[in-house]
Order: sequence, then C-alpha cells, then structure tokens
Amino acid sequence: MIQPTHYSNRILRPVRDWFVWLTLLLAMFLSMIPVGQLPGYPEWVALTLTFWCIREPFKVGMGAALLIGIVLDVNSASVMGQHSLAYVLLAFTANGLSRRILQFPLPQQALQILPLLLGTQLIMLATRMSVGSEFPGLTYFLESFTSALLWYPLTYLLLLPQYQPHEKDENRPI
Amino acid sequence: MSVVGQQPPPFFNRGPAPLARLAFFIALSLLMLVLDLRFHTLEWTRQAVALVTYPLRRIAYAPVEGIQHGSGYFTTLVTLKDENDRLRQRQLSTANQLLRQEHLELENQRLRALLDMKLRQPATGQMAEILYAARDRFAHRVIIDKGNQQAISPGQVVVDEQGVIGQVTRTFPLLAEVTLITDKDQAVPVQIVRNGLRSVLFGAGAGNLELRFLAANADVQAGDILVTSGLDGIYLAGLPVAKVTRVDRDTAYAFARILCEPIAGVERHGQVLVLGRHEALPPAPPDPESSNRLDKGRRGKKKETQ
Repeated sequence: MIQPTHYSNRILRPVRDWFVWLTLLLAMFLSMIPVGQLPGYPEWVALTLTFWCIREPFKVGMGAALLIGIVLDVNSASVMGQHSLAYVLLAFTANGLSRRILQFPLPQQALQILPLLLGTQLIMLATRMSVGSEFPGLTYFLESFTSALLWYPLTYLLLLPQYQPHEKDENRPI
Repeated sequence: MSVVGQQPPPFFNRGPAPLARLAFFIALSLLMLVLDLRFHTLEWTRQAVALVTYPLRRIAYAPVEGIQHGSGYFTTLVTLKDENDRLRQRQLSTANQLLRQEHLELENQRLRALLDMKLRQPATGQMAEILYAARDRFAHRVIIDKGNQQAISPGQVVVDEQGVIGQVTRTFPLLAEVTLITDKDQAVPVQIVRNGLRSVLFGAGAGNLELRFLAANADVQAGDILVTSGLDGIYLAGLPVAKVTRVDRDTAYAFARILCEPIAGVERHGQVLVLGRHEALPPAPPDPESSNRLDKGRRGKKKETQ
C-alpha cells in the first residue's frame, strides 16, 4: 500500500552513500561552530549518527562511530577516546534497536531516541568523572533533550532525497 | 558451517558478529583513553586530525566572527567616547609610573649587579586573541589564534591587562589551547602580597579558585591579593592572580577553606598576552649521596626497586 504519508513504512528510494557521509560531515561542521559552553546546543553528530544507524544499519555502524568520535575528541579539546567510546556504544544500540524503533510514528521514535542520547552523555560523564574532572552541572543533559526535539524535522530533511520518484508522474500520489 | 567444505553463501557474509565488533571497538576506545590520559602518546593523532579539520574549523568560526565584528560596528559613538575618556584618564594616572619605570628598571639592574644576584627575567610577550571557549564541558579551556607557527609552546603563561589567565597546555600549527586558572587541574604557585606567605592556588570550578593546604590558623584575610611566587620557574614572579573572597576556619578540619576569585577577566574574551619562556632555573646542587650511590652500582639499584 503506497500512500502519501510520512510513516516509516512508506516505500523509499535507496539511500546514496555519498549523501550519508555528506550529512555526517555537515553535522560535524555544525558541532564545530564555536558556541562555547552554551547549554542545550544540540548534539548534531550524535543525532545524525543515530539516525543513519537506525535507518541504514548495514551502512553505518560502529566503525564509522569510532572515526567520527576521534574527530570530535580532537575538536572539542576533550580526552581522546571519550566520544569514540560513547558513540561506538550508541551505534551498537541504535543498530540493534533499528527495526523496533522504525515501527513507531516519529514523535514516539523521538521518545525512544532520548534515552539513547542520554546514555551517550552518561558514558562521557562517567569517563571524565572517573579521571577527576569536575561535574559540569545538570544543564549538561539539556543537549539530549534539544537533540531529541530535532528528531522530527531532521527525519524529513534527511529522507528528502529518498522521497523523490524516479520519473515525475503527475497522476501518481507520491 | 561445520560441514567440511561448506561456506555460507557470500550474501549472508557480514563479517564478525556485532558483539565481537563491539568488544573490539570498545577495547580500542579504552586503549586510546588510557594512552592519552596516562602516557600522553596520542598527540600526533591529535595534531594530524586538527590539521586536516582546520579549514572546516575556520569556516565554522566565520559566522561567530561575523556576529562579533557586526556588533562591534554598531557600537554607538557615546560608548566609544566614554571608553576613550576612561582609557585616557587611566593612562594619565599611570603615566607617572610608566615614565619612571625605565629609570627604575635600570636602577634595579645596577643594584642587583651590585648585590651579585641573578638578573630578573625581562618579560617578553606575544599578543594573541581568544577565539572561543572549547566545547568540552568538563574543563575550562579557551582557544587562542596563535600556535606552533608563531613559536607558542606548551607551558607558556597567558595574561591579560589585569593578571594571569592561564597557561598554554597544547599547541596546534595555528591555534593553541589555554587552560584557565579556574580549571580543576590547574595549579598556580602564589604568595600573599601582604605577608609573603607562599602557597598553591587551585581551580575550584564555577569561576572560583581555592587555596588548599593552609593551616586553619594561617594568616590569610578576605581581601588579600595573591601574586605568582615564581618558585616553579614557569610563572614570572609578581603577576597578580587572585583576591581572597572568603576564609572559613573550621576547627574540625586541619586546613582552612579559602576561596578566591580571579583578578583577571578569566571567563571573558579578548586580547591576551602570551609571555615568553622563563629562563630555566639553575640545576639543583648535586646530592652528596648520589655520587656514593653511583659507586655502589648495581647493588644500590636493586635496593631501590625492592
């Protein structure tokens, strides 16, 4: 059944590899914008990585997460391995939960993404606290909430190329 | 799989199981953590990644820079005039000292030569600008716009017009990371101006500093000014660092709890001065026992390891 809905059971065109990597690169770029220690700045990279890990579990996985984590470690001036550890675990969980999460409508998907992102932050917190860094305050966790709110618009944005039909047909609903 | 000569068809072959891959990648991450935190051997990776992503970082900084410049452009004439007046007044009030400084320094040199003391290091410095605060929420670091290429090296002290801000802890080709004195891992050897009492100042988070390990009856009062003592050979002596804000003397503890606030605008952004390298201290006088130990050779060494 093909209907003009945006539920995940809608038939999509296959994703292009370069688009996946381009969006991940864009997310890294957004994370490099120097907003300082502004609380609640979305975790673009974690969000995009989760998205592709859920949508394309055979294309994006733990290896990509490790590489992206290393770049983020350097650019955020944190300890090497902090982001990569958290993102590898995030990718593993997202890959595993992929089929389950995709069954839900988007708002409920966002609700299921939230614990994943919070878990990622908790892992980073545990890593740094265990080596004696100071606690950054509860506003630290605000980032996950703003990121989860972005799940809905982000899904539309990232699936946009896949919505396009091969050949335009005015009589066809999609 | 167990049947001899039978392989699964290639389209089912997806490499190692997810759990095995997870274990591998986690081990790799933990290895990186340990290598970086304990042995500091991953600096070359950091340099390489930083170099490759530098253009991207620079482009990402452009919008922020634009906003900063834009807001500067729209500063009203009145504020500029006010600031100009204030600066001129300050210049006049310090002119007396400035004019006599050269004379005083020469006199100081002559007197020190007379006393046969080591010359005080003349402070050289490089102007730099704080670009932005590092994203890492667990530490207090800022990025400045000078790096290896401008001969900035780790360990140099960074000051603004009022006092010490921090220390360069890591350098990249065109950028450098400065750890602020309010960071929990940053320690500054200081002394109190009023009575010369020496101690070490640590960051305490939330923009505060703390004097640790001073006895409960130590002669410290709220309002005391702390300057660098120069004992470590890294910080020049006499740079203002912090002001004591509160002293809690609880007899239940052996040490007083002394909170300070930085004098310099540590959490603010702007122009800073990266001070040149302090000349290395003369080597410590040889330990009289060390020569004996050398003679003993292997036997002495064995004792040490036990």
